[in-house]
Amino acid sequence: MTGRAEQGGPETVRPSRSGARQASPGRIRLKRAGMMALRTLGSLAVTFLGLLIITFLIGRVLPIDPVLAAVGDRAPADVYDRVYHEMGLHLPLYQQFFDYVMRVFQGDFGTSVLTSRPVLDDIVRVFPATLELATIATILGVLLGVPMGVLAAVHRGRWPDHCVRVLGLFGYSLPVFWLGLVGLLLFYMKLDWVGGPGRLDAAMEDFFEPVTGLILVDALLQGDMEVFRNAVSHITLPAALLAYFSLAYIARMTRSFMLEQLAQEYVLTARVKGVSEARVIWRHALGNVMVPLITVIALSYAHLLEGSVLTETVFAWPGLGSYITSSLLNADMNAVLGGTIIVGGVFIGINLLSDLLYRLFDPRARR
Amino acid sequence: MSKTDVIGSAAPQGLRGWLSTDTPHSRFQARMGRLWFGWLTFRRNRLAMLGLSIVLLLCAVALFAPLLAPYNPVQGVLNDRLQAGSAAHWFGTDNMGRDILSRLVYGARYTLLVVVLVAVTAAPIGLLVGTVAGYFGGWVDTVLMRVTDIFLAFPKLILALAFVAALGPGLENAVLAIALTSWPPYARLARAETLTVRTADYIAAARLQGLSHPRLIVGHIMPMCTSSLIVRVTLDMAGIILTAAGLGFLGLGAQPPLPEWGAMISEGRQFLLNQWWVATVPGLAIFIVSLGFNLLGDGLRDVLDPRAGGNG
Amino acid sequence: MTDLTSAAPLLEVEDLRVHFHTPRGAVEAVRGLSFTLGRERLGIVGESGSGKSQTGRAILGLTAGNGRITAKTLRFQGQDLLSLSPKQWRAVRGARMSMIMQDPKYSLNPVMTVGDQIVEAYRQHHRVSAAEARLRALAMLARVKIRDPERVFATYPHEVSGGMGQRIMIAMMLIPEPDLIIADEPTSALDVTVRLQVLAILDDLVRERGMALIFISHDLPLVSSFCDRILVMYKGRVVEDLKASELHAARHPYTQGLLGCLPKLDQRQETLPVLRRDPRWEHGTLEEVTR
Repeated sequence: MTGRAEQGGPETVRPSRSGARQASPGRIRLKRAGMMALRTLGSLAVTFLGLLIITFLIGRVLPIDPVLAAVGDRAPADVYDRVYHEMGLHLPLYQQFFDYVMRVFQGDFGTSVLTSRPVLDDIVRVFPATLELATIATILGVLLGVPMGVLAAVHRGRWPDHCVRVLGLFGYSLPVFWLGLVGLLLFYMKLDWVGGPGRLDAAMEDFFEPVTGLILVDALLQGDMEVFRNAVSHITLPAALLAYFSLAYIARMTRSFMLEQLAQEYVLTARVKGVSEARVIWRHALGNVMVPLITVIALSYAHLLEGSVLTETVFAWPGLGSYITSSLLNADMNAVLGGTIIVGGVFIGINLLSDLLYRLFDPRARR
Repeated sequence: MSKTDVIGSAAPQGLRGWLSTDTPHSRFQARMGRLWFGWLTFRRNRLAMLGLSIVLLLCAVALFAPLLAPYNPVQGVLNDRLQAGSAAHWFGTDNMGRDILSRLVYGARYTLLVVVLVAVTAAPIGLLVGTVAGYFGGWVDTVLMRVTDIFLAFPKLILALAFVAALGPGLENAVLAIALTSWPPYARLARAETLTVRTADYIAAARLQGLSHPRLIVGHIMPMCTSSLIVRVTLDMAGIILTAAGLGFLGLGAQPPLPEWGAMISEGRQFLLNQWWVATVPGLAIFIVSLGFNLLGDGLRDVLDPRAGGNG
Repeated sequence: MTDLTSAAPLLEVEDLRVHFHTPRGAVEAVRGLSFTLGRERLGIVGESGSGKSQTGRAILGLTAGNGRITAKTLRFQGQDLLSLSPKQWRAVRGARMSMIMQDPKYSLNPVMTVGDQIVEAYRQHHRVSAAEARLRALAMLARVKIRDPERVFATYPHEVSGGMGQRIMIAMMLIPEPDLIIADEPTSALDVTVRLQVLAILDDLVRERGMALIFISHDLPLVSSFCDRILVMYKGRVVEDLKASELHAARHPYTQGLLGCLPKLDQRQETLPVLRRDPRWEHGTLEEVTR
């Protein structure tokens, strides 16, 4: 960007005659950036609305009687009628939908039948567990997957490439819940190297007072190394498992992006300049790979939040996935749909974030 | 190998000659000839052949399950419960005394059923949405693609879970839920392919001949999208199997006592420590079948869609 | 810069061959090329696929992964290039010989600023502070007649025009002061209007610093106006080696053909003659094909 400082800075706004020539391209650029941001936001809003339509339809139109779910089978007819009206089911569908949207935007997802607490409170309580797991897994997946993909591309057709290929194939073929069970059997039950299901040992869980809900962070903040070690031993296996799946995907994508970039002419230019091979690969080529890779990493992160439904079930991890599943099994629709909206919202948020990062990394997209 | 050599030889005759001719006499012959050359390329890829064998084996097992299974898959002998592998029960028995091998053999049917049902529902939906959007463009395109994006914005498994929750657990509903969540990528793909051929001269020529829009889409545009769609569907099959097994594992797919592999893992979970085979053997079956579909898909991609290249 | 006598040539190439291994067998892109180069401007002319670009890359040791280079002699300033280690190569590339490529749209790294790329080229071979390297790069940008070096320094390649991109490329490749510069079709991707301007800048700098230049192009008249000597390549071989001033006396039918294919302003031509290829050109010596 040509002297972003001058153009985006005070000179752009100052209507002085000397600044006028420089200001006009800057203004156009600002306007364009604003339009882009608006358009992105607009499409996200439409997507979110669509998400609400789907959850609304699932909740209201598909054949589970929401009143029965709330009052139970044996409620007398007058109670049933009262609840029917309370839930607004006598209103026309579009008005129900409007009310539904209004409530969602106020953070009101209804009350969970299972916990008899507002769904939002439940979700706020369980989300940190999922966040902690997915974040650690993504960090591991990126730190290992990107270099592996780079090495596979650089040594194309030789053993590092074959290893990454096999890893990828297995990652796309192994059922995550089964691998989790086998991991538990091996490393917890037989070898006792890691902690078992749950986020902490049962004894420890009782007296530990969460602050942020991210146990690793809380333990460090409170300086409680025993809890920290215990939490690490519990999170190791599920995080490694999810990291493996994210690594397989990231490495595979990095490899193919990298092959594409290494064939570009600017790589030859760098070599002509006498730049070392390491710098050619890790600075020049990888610098360009980072641009599409951001989207891949974001997608993988978002998928971990989803894939953790199964992993959380296997490891009895009290996160969003477990919450949605157990609500499902108990026909607690408010909780299921609330969870779905939150996950969908997180998905959309991550997409937005990756879009912003993309602009940051790729100078060509900044206009 | 000998077959490849024949191609190069001076005057191939018979069926092979008919297939490999440079001057096909009919559209059918040209198409068969192309398939034949594709097959020759495919055969050279050993991993893809392995994948194909696995998939064919799965089909055979599913088809001949009553003949292959040594025991009844749903009724066990309680006295024989939780036995380890032996000559009588190769993979042992589960907590109901049912032979795990027999359950695996019958389970192949459900796996195949899910894959086929999802493929025949999701792929045509995606194909239709994508080609219509790409062909007409304008607001039709905008609306259809917006809907597609909404479905894509959802995490697949969560959306499938929500559908299953509304429809009630069961194999059919699991299939429906998976199909409802897997068509958007096909629509995207079909649209992209349509956009590349939409302006081609032969489409314009067909239009000048007075072909109606539906006939143009079905007869001239859809065939151009099929090869990349087949590749994509094959590559997705492993994912479909894994999702279906995941739903079964969560107790939302096939219900007991059906010998669905994911549900089998879930049932075997409580005996993991002492009778590990109950839960692990079905998982291996899922893994092998998924691997087969992945290898097959990779191989098909190399033949049908060489532009996609590598294994990215 | 060391002064080299004419007795010790800058670059000696004898029987250079470049093979590529493809799934369909080996392809020989350069077949037994020989020439010596002093401090002069040498043009290599040929059509696409004649091996002229591969010659340039082979001299820099940058043949693509599936290619192999062999030669009886490949010596630069008395140093045998064939036996260099990767580390020794890096000391040669950029610092002592360099290359300007065809299209700045592809040959500049899109995610690094122009300034960073020039600074990198300089600091690769000179141990100076970042601030000093920046000053050098700015000065170099001014030398290639860029009016506002400070501004261009901070831009990304997609923000500059093709002509400016190529001037940036020249600045980047000349800043370490190499002794030999290879220009591979440096103006083919540019608008006709800026070609001459870029060429003039390159010419000035080459003259002023006394560098040797290998100018690779398909454009025979351009090369003849720009270089002292011309090698004409056909299918991986040199078919004729002549002084630019004696181009009109070219003997090889291919060279004559290339000249004949051009429209002339002073004569009226209804149709331009098409080059008629003789299979003997592929293997025959100059004497054989002119007989």
